Amino acid sequence: MMASSYNAKEEDGQLSGAAGSGGVGAGKSKKPDNTAFKQQRLPAWQPILTAGTVLPAFFVIGLIFIPIGIGLFVTSNNIKEFEIDYTGIDPASPCYNCSQTLTWNSTKPCVCKIPFTLEQSFESDVFMYYGLSNFYQNHRRYVKSRDDSQLNGDASSLTSPSKECEPYRTSDNKPIAPCGAIANSLFNDTLTLYYINPNGTESLVPLQKKGIAWWTDKNVKFRNPGGNNFNLTAVFQGTSKPVNWQKPVYELDTDPENNGFINEDFIVWMRTAALPTFRKLYRLIEKKNNMIPTLQRGNYTLDITYTHFPIQCSDYPVRRFDGRKRMILSTISWMGGKNPFLGIAYITVGSVCFFLGVVLLIIHQKYGNRNNSAEIPN
Amino acid sequence: MAPEFGESGEVKSYKLKKRRKKQSKKDIKTRTVHSNLLYSCAKGDENPNRHYAHNNIKTTKYTLLSFLPKNLFEQFHRFANVYFVFIALLNFVPIVNAFQPELALAPVVFILSVTALKDLWEDYRRHRSDKEINHMDCLVYCRNERKFLEKYWKEIQVGDFIRLRCNEIIPADVLLLSSSDPDGLCHIETATLDGETNLKQRQVVRSFSELDCVFDPTQYKAVIECEKPNNDLNRFRGYMIQRSGRRDGLHKENLLLRGCTIRNTEEAVGIVIYAGHETKAMLNNNGPRYKRSKLERQMNVHVFWCVIILVVMCLFAAIGHGLWVWQYGEHRPLFDVPSPEGPALSPALSAVYLFLTMIIIFQVLIPISLYVSIEIVKICQVYFIHQDLDLYDEETDSHLQCRALNITEDLGQMQYIFSDKTGTLTENKMVFRRCTVMGEEYSHDANARRLATYQEADSEEEECTSKAGTLPRRDSVTSHQSVKVMHRSQSTKSHRRTGSRAEAKRASILSKHTAFSSPMEKDITPDPKLFDKVNECASQLYLMRSQGQPMNHLASELSDVIDFFIALTICNTVVVSSPNQPRHKVRVRLELKSPVKTIEDFIRRFTPSRLTGSNSSSSSSLVTNRSTHKTCSSLLSSPSAESTLMGLEEELGPAPRREAGPASPPGGDGELRYEAESPDEAALVYAARAYNCALVGRLPEQVTVELPHLGKLTFELLHTLGFDATRKRMSVVVRHPLTGEIVVYTKGADSAIMDLTRHGSTDENRGKHQRKILNKTQNYLNLYAADGLRTLCIAKRVLSKEEYACWLKSHLEAESAIQSREQLLFESALRLEKNLHLLGATGIEDRLQDGVPEAIAALRKAGLQVWVLTGDKQETAINIAYSCKLLDHEEEIITLNAETPEACAVLLDESIHYIQSKFVNNTLNPAAEDFEVDFTPFQIPSSSSVHRLGLVIDGRTLAYALDKRLEDKFLAVARSCRSVLCCRSTPLQKSMVVKLVRNKLKVMTLAIGDGANDVSMIQIADVGVGISGQEGMQAVMASDFAVPRFQYLEKLLLVHGHWCYSRLANMILYFFYKNAMFVAILFWFQFYCGFSGSAMMDQWYLIFFNLMFSSFPQLVTGILDRDVSSETLLALPELYRNGQDSEEYKPHMFWMNMIDAFYQSLVCFFIPYFAYADSDVDLFTWGTPVTTLALFTILMHLGIETKTWTWLNWASIVFSLALFFTVALCYNASCPTCYPPSNPYWTMQRLMGDPMFYLLCALTPVVALLPRYLHRVFQGTLFPTQVQQGRQLDELPSLKRSNILRQRSTTVDSPFGPRPSFHLFPEPFPMDYGYRATESHSRQLREASRDCNQPGNGSAAQGDGQDREREASTSRSDPPGESQEEDPFPIPKSHRASDANTLPYSEALRAAVDSESSFCEDGYRLDPIGDSESSFCEDGFRLDPIGDLNLLNWITSAALFNQPGSAVQAESLQSMLQTAEKEDGSPSPTSTRPHSDLEVVQNQQLVNPVSSEVKAAVPDCLQEGALETTLL
Repeated sequence: MMASSYNAKEEDGQLSGAAGSGGVGAGKSKKPDNTAFKQQRLPAWQPILTAGTVLPAFFVIGLIFIPIGIGLFVTSNNIKEFEIDYTGIDPASPCYNCSQTLTWNSTKPCVCKIPFTLEQSFESDVFMYYGLSNFYQNHRRYVKSRDDSQLNGDASSLTSPSKECEPYRTSDNKPIAPCGAIANSLFNDTLTLYYINPNGTESLVPLQKKGIAWWTDKNVKFRNPGGNNFNLTAVFQGTSKPVNWQKPVYELDTDPENNGFINEDFIVWMRTAALPTFRKLYRLIEKKNNMIPTLQRGNYTLDITYTHFPIQCSDYPVRRFDGRKRMILSTISWMGGKNPFLGIAYITVGSVCFFLGVVLLIIHQKYGNRNNSAEIPN
Repeated sequence: MAPEFGESGEVKSYKLKKRRKKQSKKDIKTRTVHSNLLYSCAKGDENPNRHYAHNNIKTTKYTLLSFLPKNLFEQFHRFANVYFVFIALLNFVPIVNAFQPELALAPVVFILSVTALKDLWEDYRRHRSDKEINHMDCLVYCRNERKFLEKYWKEIQVGDFIRLRCNEIIPADVLLLSSSDPDGLCHIETATLDGETNLKQRQVVRSFSELDCVFDPTQYKAVIECEKPNNDLNRFRGYMIQRSGRRDGLHKENLLLRGCTIRNTEEAVGIVIYAGHETKAMLNNNGPRYKRSKLERQMNVHVFWCVIILVVMCLFAAIGHGLWVWQYGEHRPLFDVPSPEGPALSPALSAVYLFLTMIIIFQVLIPISLYVSIEIVKICQVYFIHQDLDLYDEETDSHLQCRALNITEDLGQMQYIFSDKTGTLTENKMVFRRCTVMGEEYSHDANARRLATYQEADSEEEECTSKAGTLPRRDSVTSHQSVKVMHRSQSTKSHRRTGSRAEAKRASILSKHTAFSSPMEKDITPDPKLFDKVNECASQLYLMRSQGQPMNHLASELSDVIDFFIALTICNTVVVSSPNQPRHKVRVRLELKSPVKTIEDFIRRFTPSRLTGSNSSSSSSLVTNRSTHKTCSSLLSSPSAESTLMGLEEELGPAPRREAGPASPPGGDGELRYEAESPDEAALVYAARAYNCALVGRLPEQVTVELPHLGKLTFELLHTLGFDATRKRMSVVVRHPLTGEIVVYTKGADSAIMDLTRHGSTDENRGKHQRKILNKTQNYLNLYAADGLRTLCIAKRVLSKEEYACWLKSHLEAESAIQSREQLLFESALRLEKNLHLLGATGIEDRLQDGVPEAIAALRKAGLQVWVLTGDKQETAINIAYSCKLLDHEEEIITLNAETPEACAVLLDESIHYIQSKFVNNTLNPAAEDFEVDFTPFQIPSSSSVHRLGLVIDGRTLAYALDKRLEDKFLAVARSCRSVLCCRSTPLQKSMVVKLVRNKLKVMTLAIGDGANDVSMIQIADVGVGISGQEGMQAVMASDFAVPRFQYLEKLLLVHGHWCYSRLANMILYFFYKNAMFVAILFWFQFYCGFSGSAMMDQWYLIFFNLMFSSFPQLVTGILDRDVSSETLLALPELYRNGQDSEEYKPHMFWMNMIDAFYQSLVCFFIPYFAYADSDVDLFTWGTPVTTLALFTILMHLGIETKTWTWLNWASIVFSLALFFTVALCYNASCPTCYPPSNPYWTMQRLMGDPMFYLLCALTPVVALLPRYLHRVFQGTLFPTQVQQGRQLDELPSLKRSNILRQRSTTVDSPFGPRPSFHLFPEPFPMDYGYRATESHSRQLREASRDCNQPGNGSAAQGDGQDREREASTSRSDPPGESQEEDPFPIPKSHRASDANTLPYSEALRAAVDSESSFCEDGYRLDPIGDSESSFCEDGFRLDPIGDLNLLNWITSAALFNQPGSAVQAESLQSMLQTAEKEDGSPSPTSTRPHSDLEVVQNQQLVNPVSSEVKAAVPDCLQEGALETTLL
């Protein structure tokens, strides 16, 4: 009834408006336009949140989320992961000495061997990570302490790096390449993996060091100065190595495709981790053929070669800040590494929604029906 | 200067003493103006005018150079801007910077530049309009050319002579020196200044008006001394010193103000006194005002809380960082980068630095864009209010104007409305209703009937003609009366065809450019008795004159009658003009022209020997001249015919003119137009004209009146003592052309006149007689007031020469005084206006505006307390209050009239006690409980009984009550009353009342008024509303909103107020939520980055998140969201309480939002955290999904809060998301090295290829919003608020909805529900209502039908009746469906009932209701019960006879009835009352007619029971009526 009267009024308005513009006012009337927008009558959807109306949403969410969750959970569980902590806090640990010794001969790297056993074979490609804990790579000043132009091969930045790199900008009045705290703290443990054949002999597991960085990083963001000049020694002439480094940047690798700024280990390290406990991809173990698993079950040895840290006079110094070092072997799925969280979360949320749907249904049954009956008086 | 004048404007005449002081101070500084022609160069050194402002106006704020600094300076007055600039600058300090410094400046610069651009644009517009104005042309006298040349306005200087032609706009404040008008007059229209459309006369400076030759500027040598420029439009004082040393006083009548238009005058020449910015118009030009709304005040508290939260978070992070650094001791880890200078920072120092860094990062917690967004939203709200068709008045072609842009949401939170009465509730269109002359009442019944006919013609679509014909009339006046009615109805009909009724009205207004004169006011049917008397009197006078007898020997009664009409005609400031042509006054200059200037002059002119001779000759010559120039009017008044019999002219002359009146004046020119300053004056002049006493001409010094038999008489107007609020009267001093006496005619408020009448007369008999007349008149005045009429008393005083000479001397002194002239004039007037001889009194009706009762009822239901503050008489005010439903007939009225403060205190104490006892009694009242049994589901809180009191207080008592000691008590009383009526209150008191209520009760107040006397009240209230009506623009100028009519207030408050408030409140809450949620995400991250102030979100996202990505949807929602449709809001005024109680924005809501924000941020942070825990994700690859999730969550949160989804909402959300992804993709692809330190190259692209990202996007918002969503769902299902119920109603199909609304209205309007709580659906079973309502309703109806002897029609029938009624009141314009049309006559029930059986369902119901309600109509309409016919039929009259007596009084006066039957009932009742009361010896002329009408009515069997009931009720009513009158 209200509506009909409203409409009638509306028509009247239009009618008189037309008459006004045609006759008396000759269009000079200040009368507002009778448009839906100006009269705030735009057609609109007006959802009302009551048990009855939102019921379907809850059931739909529940029904969608639970299968997804199960799928994710299964996927995550299928991922095989092996993790070994080699920090060497425990004196019994093989690495205790290496991590502890402050006085060992600087020229001779300290190596420790950690044996481990894989209970299951890893069928597909295996990713080898190193993991650090309590390492705040996301510290504000740390994150900033780099010069992207320098890393991109900019000649001028090479010789005069950005101020952001302070205090790791120059050493001995020579610009540091690569400058900044991130580069300076480059992870420098060398990990090697040996498979112990059933007959007792060790065989080196082939680790591929290329392809671990983002393609864009390797090809776009990071470039050696001097373009295609492979004589990196010459290119980096006049720069100084980061203070914590043993070798200059052009000696990171022998492969010219993986040397200098485009060394992938370096690139991976430069991508600062989001959280204080993180892992970084170290090597790839590619599946050779379909018959043999990438990593068979059995015994392995992890060799860690500690490199001297000039200033700290220690190993890669995680123990100073209660850090941990780990080596992780993992296969990956379409959704990344092993992480059951998302699957569980989906299942939980789906179930909760479903449950709430039921609750709402009960509420709706109890109260909603009366609504409907009362809506029609008589 | 400004404050000084502001005050003087406000105080007006109330603090004259104070004013005198001010003046003495001011007068030291005067302005001297010389003619520029005396000096060779206008700018020359010797020119004394060189220091005055030139006429080039510049309203721009900035110049090209000063724009930047000045604008920035102004913007930095905003604290928020300073804060953000400070933060942006912090970024330039390397040790604490969080963002790239340049980038951090972006938002601030953006905001500042947007504001600056807006300012620049506004300034440019001002500049353009300035330029346009400055380059208008004007004729300026040139010294070298010796003639007037065209110049630009801007070239005009003080001291220039300018010539103005007809219809030109005056370029500066000009002193009028010469006019083409022979009388030295110049008419101006001041509409642009004060909105008054009537013409005002301006006069040539006295000494120049005497010059006979053409004004020559070169001859002008005088010097003008006047006051400094000020903004008082109504004051100008100064004097002109002639060469001869003679001084002429200058008044505001000599000044032409800039911006006005010259009318009716061919040419005028004047000298510029004030130019450019010093003109009064410019000084009055204040910009829009800025008020801070309640919501904004609340918001600022929460902004402050945000600051505290921010500081706490930063402190927490700083301490955390200090501890984090400290735990590493001396050996800093690799990632703790030392300061650039080398050594590592100490924990404490790094904590301090970090604190600053955190402030930068968390800055968004203080919402930078909130203020800008609020402004945008408000501007759009104003736009929508402006565009609302329902707030557009077709009649005046005016919109609602929002003058204050920033308090729209206050409209939704009003609690008290203070309303003016005249012109606000009423139309301020005065209609002459009745008068009393010499103690004898002339009731003008025919006139009343005529007005009733208009009413019908207005409210009914058809059958006007037939009814006009059938209406019974009495013989003496019927002839032209019925013709007139025919005219009227025909014109109405013809208008109907072209468009709506309003259209017709507008057309009629447009066609006649006369101020205050609709046909309704113009033609008055004279009372035959009085008409005869006037004729008799005039003819006697004529006889006397022809016989040469002295005129003053006329019988006193008769002379008083004619004096009464003369007074009506001349005691005013009405200007006469005939339409379509400006006046050409070519008549010879009269010998007696100027008013008496000196004593010698007086003696010369008033020697008895000269009196008769010169006078008669002058008057006759004038008559001759006048009528020659009035030839166009009628054939009869040609020069030859003029000298023939007066009688002929009397017989024929006026008649055709009058008949021609409303519809179509033949020839058009004959019609005289009266332009009055106030509508009452016009009404009185028109009334006098009906008795053939017509005002035909007014010049400053003479008034010409046309009297029956006597023809045209010219009264020499010696003085006019204008109306002022303190004296409450005006007087004219004239010399009577017939008797030669000097007579003072005074017209004014009865209180003012009655005290001044001569009590003790020398003649004992005469004195007695006079006293008797006084008493009688007083009685009638009371009756008039009880009828809601405005009363004016007319008195005269005959002065002897000596008295006059004596007074004149002092008066001339007063006039020539420069200092404290007003005060002296005031005193002089007091000396003159005493010992008056009362002639009579008039009753003028001020008609209620359309829809006022409905609007007030709706506002009441909305929980608004409506107070009426009026300057009117108590009785008048009370009756208007009844008729506009402000007072209920049921409610008790506490009247406070005290003579002394002590009495006032006692009265207040008593009232408090009474109220307390009443409250206790009422709650225990068994009857009330009994009644409530019927309404069990709708129990109304017992407190409502308290509000069934009305308070009436008069001005004097109010003054006492507003005293510091009593104000609390007064408030206590006033608060417990449902309605408060303050009568006889001064403007100052009005504002004091508003201030008191506002400050003491801490409520939101709205003041609405239309006149200058409401300005102070409008200014002091939280929201001031001006009515752009009849009384000029002062109120509008002072107001925040200007509405064309009072009834628009209903939609403005209930719909727009509600919307604006809920939109803004929701938007602000959302803003707080949004920012808190965003910032909290960053805060949680601090726990995982060593409180180092790191952010995982890219700085771009951080900075632009608020500004770009999330701002559009909330703006759209803030602008367009409608929680409830306007129809429902209007139908359920209770929903307004939502805003009154600030339910959309309560402090706990802020905190709930904060908690919700923290919860959501936790979800948005930790789901990605766990999803990416211990993975190789890097900082920004992890941060970007978090940002995205936050955006999704925030937008979906808005989605939950959005009630109305239009395509714009969808578009804005889609746009926001698209913008985010586009920006992110472009930004991440644009440059691999450009954006240190985040360096987000290819991050987004990579994320978009990662299924994990999508999985997160699906999961997180669901988890984050689940609690809020559930809360809304449960709350909406189990404990729906009123607004939510309103929304549910909106969702229903329209038919169902109207059913429910209709049923609800029946219950809410129950006798217990003047302030009902909204129980649409009793909790917790919302829809259960319908059933119970029906049940109780049908029970009610059964009773009703039993009592009314009518078969029940089912509940829906009655409901339908309600609905119909509602629709008739709310939509008014066009009830849908034919069956809705009001029948002019009630159709006998049997007929309708039989129809009902055959008609389709709804039709049948309506028909049944038609028949049912037709006899209950009047009770139904006026009775506050509203819903229950049952109670009316049962015991409507007997229950509250007081009310019904008043009601009936009102019925006869207001004649608001469509149905003759009911009107007749009422009238018959009243006539019976009149006879019974025997107040008046003479039988009321109405008494015969209604009886015959009753017979007609009684043919309709339907009405029978009621009318018999009515008869039965009469005795009761009478008793109570007597009681009532004493009470009043």
